Amino acid sequence: MNDLFSVVDWSRAQFALTAMYHWLFVPLTLGLSVIVSIMETIYYRTGNEKWLKITKFWMTLFGINFAVGVATGIILEFEFGTNWSNYSWFVGDIFGAPLAIEGLLAFFMEATFIAVMFFGWGKVSKGFHLASCWLTALGTTISAFWILVANSWMQYPVGMEFDPAQMRNVMQSFSEVAFNQVVINKFLHTVMSGWTLSALFVIGVSGWLLMKKRNNGMAILSIKVAVWFGIVGMLATMGFGDGSAKVVAKVQPMKLAAMEGLYDGGNGVEIVGFGVLNPDKNVNTPEADDFLFKIAIPKGLSFLATGDFDGYVPGINDLINGTSGSQSYQERIICGKMAHEALRQYDAGYAANDTALMARAKNVLDDNFSNFGYGYFDKPEEVVPNVPITFYAFHLMVLIGGYLLAFLFVVAFLVYRTEIMQKSRILQWLAIAGIPLVWICSECGWITAEVGRQPWIIEGLMPTRAAVSAISSGSVQFTFWLFAFIFTSLLIAEISIMLRYIHKKSLIDIVNQ
Amino acid sequence: MLCPDSKFYIFVDGNFAINLNHYNIMALIRKIFNFYVTGFKEMTIGKTLWILILVKLFIIFFILKLFFFPNFLNNKFSTDEDRSSYVRHELINE
Repeated sequence: MNDLFSVVDWSRAQFALTAMYHWLFVPLTLGLSVIVSIMETIYYRTGNEKWLKITKFWMTLFGINFAVGVATGIILEFEFGTNWSNYSWFVGDIFGAPLAIEGLLAFFMEATFIAVMFFGWGKVSKGFHLASCWLTALGTTISAFWILVANSWMQYPVGMEFDPAQMRNVMQSFSEVAFNQVVINKFLHTVMSGWTLSALFVIGVSGWLLMKKRNNGMAILSIKVAVWFGIVGMLATMGFGDGSAKVVAKVQPMKLAAMEGLYDGGNGVEIVGFGVLNPDKNVNTPEADDFLFKIAIPKGLSFLATGDFDGYVPGINDLINGTSGSQSYQERIICGKMAHEALRQYDAGYAANDTALMARAKNVLDDNFSNFGYGYFDKPEEVVPNVPITFYAFHLMVLIGGYLLAFLFVVAFLVYRTEIMQKSRILQWLAIAGIPLVWICSECGWITAEVGRQPWIIEGLMPTRAAVSAISSGSVQFTFWLFAFIFTSLLIAEISIMLRYIHKKSLIDIVNQ
Repeated sequence: MLCPDSKFYIFVDGNFAINLNHYNIMALIRKIFNFYVTGFKEMTIGKTLWILILVKLFIIFFILKLFFFPNFLNNKFSTDEDRSSYVRHELINE
């Protein structure tokens, strides 16, 4: 059993490491492809050569990121087959179909047009080149959509029926899987966050150029494009983030409670803007305060989650005890264990070719399948995610996001007062600092989404610990360190190639060369 | 689309827009090939990136996938029925 827990822990650590490294590259690809397309569109419409030079500069940085990041996500799929074989089999074609579409349609679309983007200058017409840029951007976005369809199903499993004979979930409604409320909000929130990240990347690099007093003209023009793109991206990120939170309140209320460190809910619940959790607080210490310190907005969470200042928001204890009107976790555990027993009966009927027993067992299983995953637990408190990680990741994301929006507005105001922008060292330093900050913000979003979903790999149906393969923890541990080395090397390679390129280009007059 | 006269046609709005005979097809392939060759030749920073991509893909597909990430169920069982049965027992007895 100890070995099994180690396999779970190492497999989770490995997946987290791979996904977080992969996510360093993806959002920049998503947003920078659009920024480059906007810049080339300006060139196409105005015919001004300096926009061509500016486009080529940022396009090269896009290319570096794309080259280093491409195929880093495929490793996640390897991990599913090796470390998470029970999960891979159990999800059936629901997970496979979106990933296959992503691979066949979006990736090849991206790969085809990216070649025209980089090799097509002067060889294809201006219009075709521009169309290739936009199609590359569209390809990356469609690619993200299908990946997020797969991820959203893990958060909100719908559109399928479980077949105990195959031991797989069989897709019943493709549209329900691909276009449900979780997918739409998650997709738009994620893609818009990529836009914001890329805008802050462009502003940061331009800030460095201004600080070094090199290519000031190009830097100011780049900021003018990026800042409005960033403001649109950030406002949309926040808007769809709010939409996501409302959906989470409905379909993953435990995650929302963990995000807010809310143990006891009710009507008119406040929202914590900033707070320090009481480390002694847990479901077994009801008398302890939730926070050591907090700044809260009265009724804020009720309004954000339900659209009503007096709306009801359940806390962790309410969900466990069923006081929110839903089934208590103890009841869910009983139903889950009934589902497990029914599956055992089904298995016995299958072995004995007793179709009557199989049919009876299938009926019981169907009735209790929505709580199947709870059957793996004995105590309700085992079904609570890590509250501190979820809470701090979520609040860090919100705080950094709020600061960055304010920063973008300041830049939008000052970029038209060119002299201030060129002389203000503070502003330039803040622009550079925006680069790591926006990446931290983006990663925090994923930590909130994924840690907040625990202990589930598929919400309510399969806990993470049941999803792993019967392999040795040593092999997973070895590949964890191998990945840590490979990805760190790739990251160092990307940063050094980018820095060398920016430095080299900064020494010449890019727009007038 | 291949028509009975062994020529390739590209349809636009249901009409034959371009008729590609053998000569044209070869010219098109040559053009695409040259497009990539010239593109690669003219690259500066891109050469470093392509080396990086090729090394990375080699590591991912020929080292990681082959030696460290076999498909657990495919390696262990030859039929879907055996895989289903195994996963059922794994999930029941977890």
